[in-house]
Amino acid sequence: MPKLYTFLKYFFVILWACFVIAPFLWAISTSFKDFNSVTGGATYIPWLQFEPTLDGWSVLFKPGSQGGINIIGPYFNSIFVTLTASLISIVLGTLAAYALSRYTFKAGFVKNNDITFFFISQRIMPPVVLSIPFFLFLSTLGLLDSLAGLILVYIVLLMPIAVWIMVDFFNRVPKEIDETALIDGCNPFQAFFKVVLPNSVPGMLVAGLFCIIFGWIDFFFAFILTFTKVQLLPVKIVALNSSITPWWSLSAAALVSVAPLIIVAFIVERYLSKGNLSGALK
Amino acid sequence: MSLLIDHISFKPTEEYHLNDVTLNFNPGKMYTILGRTLSGKTTLLKTIAGLQTPDSGSINFEGADFLSVPVWNRNVAMVYQQFINYPHLNVIENIAFPLKQRKMEENLIEKEVKEAMEKVGLIGFELRKIQELSGGQQQRVALARSLAKKAKILLLDEPLVNLDYKLREGLREEFKKLFSGSEASNSILIYASTDPLEAMQLNGDIIVIDEGKVLQTGSAKDVFENPATAKVAEITNDPAMNINKGHIQDNTLVMNNNVQIQIPDQLKSIPNGDYQVGIRATDLYLDDNGFSFDVEISEISGSETFLHLRNNDLKCVATIEEVKTYEANEVVKINFDKSKIYLFKETGELLHSPYQQ
Repeated sequence: MPKLYTFLKYFFVILWACFVIAPFLWAISTSFKDFNSVTGGATYIPWLQFEPTLDGWSVLFKPGSQGGINIIGPYFNSIFVTLTASLISIVLGTLAAYALSRYTFKAGFVKNNDITFFFISQRIMPPVVLSIPFFLFLSTLGLLDSLAGLILVYIVLLMPIAVWIMVDFFNRVPKEIDETALIDGCNPFQAFFKVVLPNSVPGMLVAGLFCIIFGWIDFFFAFILTFTKVQLLPVKIVALNSSITPWWSLSAAALVSVAPLIIVAFIVERYLSKGNLSGALK
Repeated sequence: MSLLIDHISFKPTEEYHLNDVTLNFNPGKMYTILGRTLSGKTTLLKTIAGLQTPDSGSINFEGADFLSVPVWNRNVAMVYQQFINYPHLNVIENIAFPLKQRKMEENLIEKEVKEAMEKVGLIGFELRKIQELSGGQQQRVALARSLAKKAKILLLDEPLVNLDYKLREGLREEFKKLFSGSEASNSILIYASTDPLEAMQLNGDIIVIDEGKVLQTGSAKDVFENPATAKVAEITNDPAMNINKGHIQDNTLVMNNNVQIQIPDQLKSIPNGDYQVGIRATDLYLDDNGFSFDVEISEISGSETFLHLRNNDLKCVATIEEVKTYEANEVVKINFDKSKIYLFKETGELLHSPYQQ
């Protein structure tokens, strides 16, 4: 019985892994092919079944005048916007979450839980609902089609995630730790920065991971709030047309766009699997 | 140079956490706050530390108002029931934290930390992370941190309750030694506990607290022999003192229709009437000529057996000095040590104690 269970377990895990990884392998092999290899039937193994070339990749970096798609500009725009918005969201979100977790707020019938819910409720509405208000908002500020405008919008979208994760995290940190810091001679600010913050790194990493993922994959707002001057990666890639841009270049572009997420996930996973998240605070 | 708590009340919700508490603490002495869970012990300690502000009343320390001093300037130390340390620091850094916060010189810090570590027996664990220590060691770190501070007021909130039995016994002995040392003579030590035995063993002044109210203060001996009220008698004994309604009529103490005791000489002066009768579990004994009781539950504790007994509406607990299993509903004969009977008024005040002269 245990043998059968082990067999089934690994069978399904491997099946699922193939299901998830196969498209990537497909994209990777396609990105190194040329016209003949792509149209010449299903081939998988480079050098044996087809001759790999870097043509598909080089197109990504050539300017449009040379038949390229020049992905570098949008790429760095995306990195800059995502990282800046995530960073600001985590800093503000952590501060807000700490206050919500430790202090009691009351304004009429509005209490701590209502404020937390208010943050989270920003994510309840479908994005379409927010598109017109955001458009008018940015156009009033003169920030349409600009990096600053996008960062502003992404902060609104990402901060609820940070607040949500961090409130939950702080609620699990015994408040006696803060109290001990106070008793040991810290004023409330020192208690936060010297004791609470150093112990909150795991929570902030998780919040950061989610912010970066949600910021990076957003297409909708990047599409609506930019026109010509600024372009983000998802918009750039969706705009690629397979009748103009060859399949191998599309594959390379797709791989390039998911690469940062994979790198971030690996870094965070390393950190989390060390047990630093669970063991830091009981 | 003492700590005066003057008519402090704290009522965050419908119930009082502290109800008109007035206490006086002197340096060089050990005080044990004895009370059940949620009786207000922790609230009282937190109020002294400054983590909580009372609704009314005042606190005066060394002749100056203490309530207006923020926590971080109060120079108190506190050890919690949970093992609270700074998880991102190692053992040495944990103990040095309050001293660094006070901007003490590096070599002085080193000396103080080493001293504190020696006292609590943590030598050899200097560079360990907190998570790599056992519960007992974690609590030692917390204790060392509070000792290194040499605070004028040391608050211990049930520091041993989360440890296993053996560690608890060992650490308690060490506590007594640590706090009877010469340097303890200029600090006030306040120890909160739910365990009457622990309170008696620590042998300091006992403050009995219940529902936020101070019921009695006095030496361990005094509280044990002359509990001010029936409530105090329940709180300061484990198992709780048996308190039952009874009345005296014609030299007979009537507990119910079946249990009627000829009263001993020392109770003869008490007039007829309704009273609350108190007797410790240890003062009930097996006796073939005794009263019949049904066993409800029997539990074995170390070398003793606790019998939860019932005779109609009369319920009591007896401690039997042997290990024996009793079936539920088994009938046992129990007698009362007449010379150890307490009488309380119907309102609860002590009327007669066997130790009264």
